[in-house]
Amino acid sequence: MGYEINEEKVFSSGHAACPGCSEALAIRFVLNTLGRDAIAVVPPSCIAIISGPQPLSSMGIPVYQTTLEASAASAAGIKRALVSKGNDHTNVVAIAGDGGTYDIGFQALSAAAERNEDIIYICLDNEGYMNTGSQKSSATPSMAFTTSTPAGKLSPKKNVPEIMVAHNIPYMATATIGYPDDLARKVKRAMEIKGGLRFINILTPCLTGWGVPDSAGPKTSRLAVQSGIYPLYEVENGEFYTLNYGPNGLSVADYVTTQKRYRHLSLENIELIQAEVDHDWARLQKKF
Amino acid sequence: MKADSNRLLLSGNHAVSHAVKLVNPNVMPVYPITPQTPILELITEFHAAGEMTGEIMTMESEHSAMAAAITASLTGVRVFTATASQGLLLMHEMLHYAAGARAPIVMFNVNRTLGSPWGFWPDQTDSLAQRDTGWIQYYCENGQESHDTTLQAFRVAEQVLLPAMVIHEAFYVSHSMEAVELATQDQVDAYLPDFNPPHRLDPQIGESWGNTVSQVMFQNHRRDMGDAMERVLQVAKKADQEMKELVGRGYGIHEQYRCDGAEFIIATMGSMTGTVRDAVDELRADGLPVGLFKIKLFRPFPIADVREILAGIPKVMVLDRNFAPGTGGILYQELKAALYGLEDAPEIHGYLAGVGGTNITPAAIKEMVQSAMGEKPSAHSVWKG
Repeated sequence: MGYEINEEKVFSSGHAACPGCSEALAIRFVLNTLGRDAIAVVPPSCIAIISGPQPLSSMGIPVYQTTLEASAASAAGIKRALVSKGNDHTNVVAIAGDGGTYDIGFQALSAAAERNEDIIYICLDNEGYMNTGSQKSSATPSMAFTTSTPAGKLSPKKNVPEIMVAHNIPYMATATIGYPDDLARKVKRAMEIKGGLRFINILTPCLTGWGVPDSAGPKTSRLAVQSGIYPLYEVENGEFYTLNYGPNGLSVADYVTTQKRYRHLSLENIELIQAEVDHDWARLQKKF
Repeated sequence: MKADSNRLLLSGNHAVSHAVKLVNPNVMPVYPITPQTPILELITEFHAAGEMTGEIMTMESEHSAMAAAITASLTGVRVFTATASQGLLLMHEMLHYAAGARAPIVMFNVNRTLGSPWGFWPDQTDSLAQRDTGWIQYYCENGQESHDTTLQAFRVAEQVLLPAMVIHEAFYVSHSMEAVELATQDQVDAYLPDFNPPHRLDPQIGESWGNTVSQVMFQNHRRDMGDAMERVLQVAKKADQEMKELVGRGYGIHEQYRCDGAEFIIATMGSMTGTVRDAVDELRADGLPVGLFKIKLFRPFPIADVREILAGIPKVMVLDRNFAPGTGGILYQELKAALYGLEDAPEIHGYLAGVGGTNITPAAIKEMVQSAMGEKPSAHSVWKG
C-alpha cells in the first residue's frame, strides 16, 4: 500500500534454500527490514537449513538455533539478558515454521505472549512439516494431502492469528510473500511498537510440499489472498483491526486447482472448502 | 539474634535462596514444583522488596525455564533456576542442550520421587537420571552445605563453562529448619568475579550458536566438553579451598569421616550422610573400625580419588537412596566401575536403602554393617529399609 521497501543487506544469497523458495523471500524481507542490530532464534526447520551449517551463515546477525518447541522461550531469554545489561535497542526475533509455532512451540509462544515479552515472533507458515517431507501440522488446511494425511486432512487449519489476537498482544499481522511491500511494512511496524510480543504470520507456499512450479511461490501466495483463503490484515492491542488485502472475486477452485496437494479433491470437496472459507471471511469481516 | 550475626534459622530451601540473593543473577526463569517452590518464592520476595535486581521470568513450564536460561546465559549473563523431580525430567532435552551450548547456568534441584505412581518423597533418581547430560552435580546433606555449594557452583561453572546442578533431598533437607551461617555480601563479591564471557550472542560480535555441524566438529565439541569436565575436579577443589579461606567453611569434593584405620567404609551421598555419621560414631564406640566416605561431587565422578581412598579397604557398603531398575543402586554401579581392575579393591555391598524416602535410622545402618561384615557381597544391589 504505497510502502517503499528499504532493505539493509543482512540476508545473503548463496544459501541452501530450494530455487524459488518462498521462505527465503520472506526471510529476506524480515531480516533486511530488521537490520543488523538484531539477534535471531531459529528452531529446527527449513529456516535453520537456510541460515546455514556452522561455520557458515546466510544471516549477518547472531543466530541461535534452539529446539523445536522452545523458540519463544529462547528469544525471551535473550531479550531479558539484554535488558539486564541495559541494552534496550537490539531486536530479538524468533523465526519459526508452522510446526514449531502452531503445534509443538505453541505453549511457549502463548506463555511469552501472556508475559508480553518484548520480542518479534515470525511464523513462516507453509502449512505443514515441509522440512521432514510434508507431514500434516495443525496449520494444514482442510483436505490437503500431506504424507501423514494421504487421503486429505479431515479438520480445518488452526486459526493461530486470531488466537494470538486473543492474547491482547500489541501487534498481530498476517502477511505473505506475494505482497512484499505489505510484508516489509508490517515488519517495520512491529519494530516501531516496542515493549511487547509482536507476531506476524507469513504464508510461504512450499513449492515441493504444495506441488507448484519453482516460479509459482508469489503467484500462489497472491491466489491465497485473492480467493479469501488468507486475508491480509493487522490487529493492534487485540482490538483494532485493519484489512490490507481481502478476496477480490476469485474462488477456492481458482486456488486449489493449481496445487498438486489438492488434486484428489472432488467438486463436492471444493464446495465444502468454499463454504468454510466464506464462513471464516464473513466472521472476520465483522471485525474491521 | 545478635545484630551483627549472620546466622539464621532457615529451611534448606531458603538457605539456597539466600545464596542466590547474594549472587544476584541477571536472569532467573522460574516455575513452581513441590518441594522446590520455597526457593523461588523467597527469591521473588527478595526481588519484590528491591533486594535483587535481575529479571524474573515466570515461565509456563520447566522446559521453557531451561530454554530461557540457556539463551540468557549465552547472552553473557549470570543465570539461576531451580526445579525438582518431574520438572527436572521435563527439562531433560534442554539439560543436554545447555551443556552442549557450554552455558554455565546454576540450577538447584530438590530430589523427589518420580511418577508413576505419584509421590513427594526424597529419592535421588531424578537427578541421577541426568548424569549423562554434561552437568556438574553436587549432592548436599544440609542447608548450610546447600547455601555454600550454590556459591561454589557459580564459580566452578563459569570457570569451565559447563552448567552446574546443586542438589539436596525433599523435606529431609528442603524443609528442615536448621541454623545457617550466611556468607556476607563482601565475601560473595570477593569470591565471584564479574561474569563477562568473550563469546556471547551480541550483534557487535556476530557469533552464532547451535546450527548444524559435521561429524568431526560434533566429536571434537564433545571431546572439549569432556576435557572441561575433567578440569572440574581441580577447579572445584580450589573453589572449595578458597571458600574455606574466605568464609571458614569447606567440604572438599568428597569427605572421609573417621576413616583412619577403617576396615569397613560406608559410601553414600546427600542426607543419608548425616545419618551415617551417627551410625559410624556408635559403631566406633562399639570398637568397630567403620568410617564414612561421602561423595559430594558426583559429576564429574572423582574416579582417581575413589581408587586411592578405597584401595586396601576390605569392605565397602554403598547406601543408595535411588534405584535404576535393571542395574540397581546408581552410586553402587559408579563405584564398582571406578574400582574395576584395582589390585587391592574392596568387596562392595550395594544396598538400596531409603528408596522412595523410607526412613533409614542409625540403628538400621548398624544392622546392615554387622550383617555385611559376615557376608560375601552379592553381585547385585540388595533391598534394605
